[in-house]
Amino acid sequence: MTRTYYSEDHEWITVNEDEGTVGITEYAQSQLGDVVFVELPEVGAVLSKGDDAAVVESVKAASELYAPVTGEVTAVNHSVVEEPSLVNTAPMDDGWFFTLKLTDPSELDEMMDEEAYEAYVKDLG
Amino acid sequence: MRYLPHNDADRQAMLSAIGARSIDELFQVIPEAVRLKDLLDLPLHKSELEVDRIFRDYARQNIPAAEHAFFVGCGAYRHHIPATVDYIIQRGEFLTAYTPYQPEIAQGTLQYLFEFQTQAANLLGCDVANASMYDGSTACGEAILMARRITRGRNKAIVSGGLHAHYRAVSKTMMKYSDKDLVCFDPSPDDPEGDLARLLDAIDDATSCVVIQTPDMFGHLHDLRPIAEAVHAKGALLVAVVTEIVSLGAVMSPGEMGADIVVAEGQGLGNGLNFGGPYLGLFGTRQKYVRQMPGRLAGETTDADGKRGFVLTLSTREQHIRREKATSNICTNSGLCALAFTVHMTLLGEAGLRKLATLNHKRAVTLKNALETLPGVEVLNSRFFNEISVRLNQPAAPLLEKLAQRKILAGVPASRLYPDDADMKNILILAATETVHDQDIDKLISALSEEL
Amino acid sequence: MVMNRQGRPTSVETVPTDQRPDTTSGHRGLVHEEALIFEIGDNAHTGVDLEDIGTFETSLGGLERKEPINLPGLSEPQTVRHYTRLSQKNYGIDSGFFPLGSCTMKHNPRLNEKVARLPGLADIHPLQPESTVQGALQLMEDLAHWLMTLTGMPAVSLSPKAGAHGELCGIMAIRAALEARGDARKVILVPDSAHGTNPATAAFCGYAVKSIPATKAGHVNVAAVKAALGPDVAGIMLTNPNTCGLFERDIIEIADAVHEAGGLFYCDGANFNAIVGRVLPGDLGIDAMHLNLHKTFSTPHGGGGPGSGPVVFSEALAPYAPLPYVVRTKDGLHLREHPEKDDASFGRLVAFHGQMGMYVRALAYMLSHGSDGLRQVADDAVLNANYILSELKDFMTPAFEGRCMHEALFDDRFLKGTGVTTLDFAKAMIDEGFHPMTMYFPLVVQGAMLIEPTETESKATLDQFIASMRALAAAAKDGDTHRFLGAPFYAPWKRLDETKAARQPVLKWSPPAAQEAAE
Repeated sequence: MTRTYYSEDHEWITVNEDEGTVGITEYAQSQLGDVVFVELPEVGAVLSKGDDAAVVESVKAASELYAPVTGEVTAVNHSVVEEPSLVNTAPMDDGWFFTLKLTDPSELDEMMDEEAYEAYVKDLG
Repeated sequence: MRYLPHNDADRQAMLSAIGARSIDELFQVIPEAVRLKDLLDLPLHKSELEVDRIFRDYARQNIPAAEHAFFVGCGAYRHHIPATVDYIIQRGEFLTAYTPYQPEIAQGTLQYLFEFQTQAANLLGCDVANASMYDGSTACGEAILMARRITRGRNKAIVSGGLHAHYRAVSKTMMKYSDKDLVCFDPSPDDPEGDLARLLDAIDDATSCVVIQTPDMFGHLHDLRPIAEAVHAKGALLVAVVTEIVSLGAVMSPGEMGADIVVAEGQGLGNGLNFGGPYLGLFGTRQKYVRQMPGRLAGETTDADGKRGFVLTLSTREQHIRREKATSNICTNSGLCALAFTVHMTLLGEAGLRKLATLNHKRAVTLKNALETLPGVEVLNSRFFNEISVRLNQPAAPLLEKLAQRKILAGVPASRLYPDDADMKNILILAATETVHDQDIDKLISALSEEL
Repeated sequence: MVMNRQGRPTSVETVPTDQRPDTTSGHRGLVHEEALIFEIGDNAHTGVDLEDIGTFETSLGGLERKEPINLPGLSEPQTVRHYTRLSQKNYGIDSGFFPLGSCTMKHNPRLNEKVARLPGLADIHPLQPESTVQGALQLMEDLAHWLMTLTGMPAVSLSPKAGAHGELCGIMAIRAALEARGDARKVILVPDSAHGTNPATAAFCGYAVKSIPATKAGHVNVAAVKAALGPDVAGIMLTNPNTCGLFERDIIEIADAVHEAGGLFYCDGANFNAIVGRVLPGDLGIDAMHLNLHKTFSTPHGGGGPGSGPVVFSEALAPYAPLPYVVRTKDGLHLREHPEKDDASFGRLVAFHGQMGMYVRALAYMLSHGSDGLRQVADDAVLNANYILSELKDFMTPAFEGRCMHEALFDDRFLKGTGVTTLDFAKAMIDEGFHPMTMYFPLVVQGAMLIEPTETESKATLDQFIASMRALAAAAKDGDTHRFLGAPFYAPWKRLDETKAARQPVLKWSPPAAQEAAE
């Protein structure tokens, strides 16, 4: 049973048992504009919730992607490095960044579900 | 005042449009207590003629290189600059342009930067080069910082004794308030091989990079290949420094010899001595390290009609976007100096550069052979380009003053760069570019034989 | 009659201009296409004549460069034409109005260029014996005197090669001074309207950056500064006049608060042009400030450098200034290049002695203006900016109420709902023959448009500009979006694809064969 959670910093994480896949939301990609470069964490890196985990660059902006929860990086998506436009075209899908082995699944409780996130984004205007 | 277009009627008309009674009113935001009432204690404005005269007076108190037999080098070299170079850099469209942030009306600058980057990369033997740095010394410091970023977690940089003393000092300053460790070896003008051997012994697992200059401050050429191998075996990077760019027309490039980052002083092409500045830093590296490189980059693209054009690119590395996370705080490059360089390089072409370099080397060989005939002079170089060092039987600095009286500027005393090192006292560093005549060498030799 | 067969028609026939033919050459009259030197030159051609060398015994010791370098050469006439054509694709101050905010694009006098090329100033080596360069040292001393007098500060370092380099110089001196008193403070305060170089510099010197918000009126929030101050704060970096074009009227209060908390005050002097001769930074409590010689003192921007950024220091920081500097001894002027006993200098910032070529130009500018002319510079610069602000305030949306100093800041509220962005608006200005203003900076204003006219523009030019801006603002509101979204129409290039340039960076030319192989 998989579920997707959202952060206020516009990351999503889809969790299946203690394994999560992380990316940025549709809203985030639309705000960034054309993504031209992605830097991913190293496999094996241990990230605490809120750590700088990846960098997403558009022509005029560089943004950090924060680890939405604590865990160890188990895989990274090399496709987005080779083809950064995937982040724009399929942010919730082929444009994923990395997978994490969650240390503390209870951290997910502080995150939003899809409905809450949509309302949150709507409030941002 | 000739540079200010308004007359009092203009000013009055504008003030009434603004709704201000006086100009003073526009400055009322400045606290009353500190607002200046009177003119500052400095001379009043002057005509063009008067200013021209003042600068001729300054100039008269200096002795320009052209009026001497001139052998001064050591990081700044006097080459003949074709008249075309200075004409082109004074064209207003180049001279008075800003950084090309609006590419549709700055293709002139962007295209020459792209051409410059290609020339620089090819010359240094690197995959890519940036659009220039302030000068060679600051480029050297930036290279050490970049190596540190690439070899995350390694904090030690090892600097050879042959690195120009100023470059070493600048690098030290740039590392001063970081956690980086700079290990500098003492200069050893008589023993270039020993210098490198000591360097190799010092490399360890904490070493981020090794910095070597070739030709070095004393004119010695170094084969970087074995060093590159040893450095890479330890997972570190080789940073090569070139202060005489013309040497690369004759000598194998640092990139070809395995250097990972190559920095150079580009002044020798297109740019005059100018008492030390403005100069031109060149910076090249491997493709895979581009994103860790400081400084601006021009890149190729197309416009909305599909026509080829150029833009500044990868600017997310830079301070105006990354702010405190930028690769460097650099904002300006040396645009116009890069233009002078690229125009001179285009005039030379590969054929011309090779010939110019050979001519320089020939002059230095002639100089070396002539110096070796003198008693009291020991030439220290066996492998060199256009610069050599000699050990004299007496201190070099006072001797230079005497020679200057005879219209000979005979070089740089090593003591000027290392005043506390007794071993440097008698060492003189002499450069011979294509601007040195055979008669200049004769003049130097006959003066030396009398003074020594 | 005698027929003169040389006659030809001289009256103009009307041909509809929308039926312009494509040219066979790709050139369009005076607008030439120009290929890269790599496409028009080759490795064998050269545009210089060098003497024949003959044979001699070389001493390169087996390090000869054997492989081709790939550096194309052109003859002299081809070279002149190549670069002349490139120059014609550039916009400079010489071409037209260049109101790029925060950059002070003023006229670059040619007298400065002339005197900088005198052989006695240009053809001297930095390591010549000092006895042979007394005039150069005198010039440096005189420039230092002018800079200290204009700022009311007791010391100056000429070394820094640009504004950002000057910031580095200033912050390093601050850190050196703090360390000298055993104080290891960790934080530098930087307003969020600051130039990007400020936080980058602070980070370079090992400091954490703490952002200070702006007030609604565009000033630094004094209360926020006071709240942020503490035993860990090394100092503040403040731009005055600030990047919103406003004078920080609370600057003395801020300086006092910073000093009281044991910190030091760095001022970014990028906008000194607005206040020269009107107020002394030394009276405002500043400890260090850089001056961009390429802004206030007219040395050319040269397409992005070289710059020059001398730093003036307070008594507190003067001992920590970098080497070298000029000192007067009984034997004349002398360069102190090495630390002497008990010297507190933080070290050497550049090889040799800094940007001499820029010192000459800047001093020529100062001598030309004199103390009276320099004050007039500030007066006219501020007058021009306020004139633009007052003439445009009803057509565009000023970011803040009231008057400005040397630059007028607008935001994009007047474009709301038009579908036109600040960027589009800027590109339409290109079609009108103007260089666009600074856009999207400072970051504290939405869709910022920062207009700095400088003092060297005539009222006629300003009036033309104002008329064009009013017309463009009206066109945007009238829904004439085509004029903006497609702009520029009349530049030699249409908008360039920056995404493509960044996604697959092509940073140097490679031969077509190599390009194909790579694809």
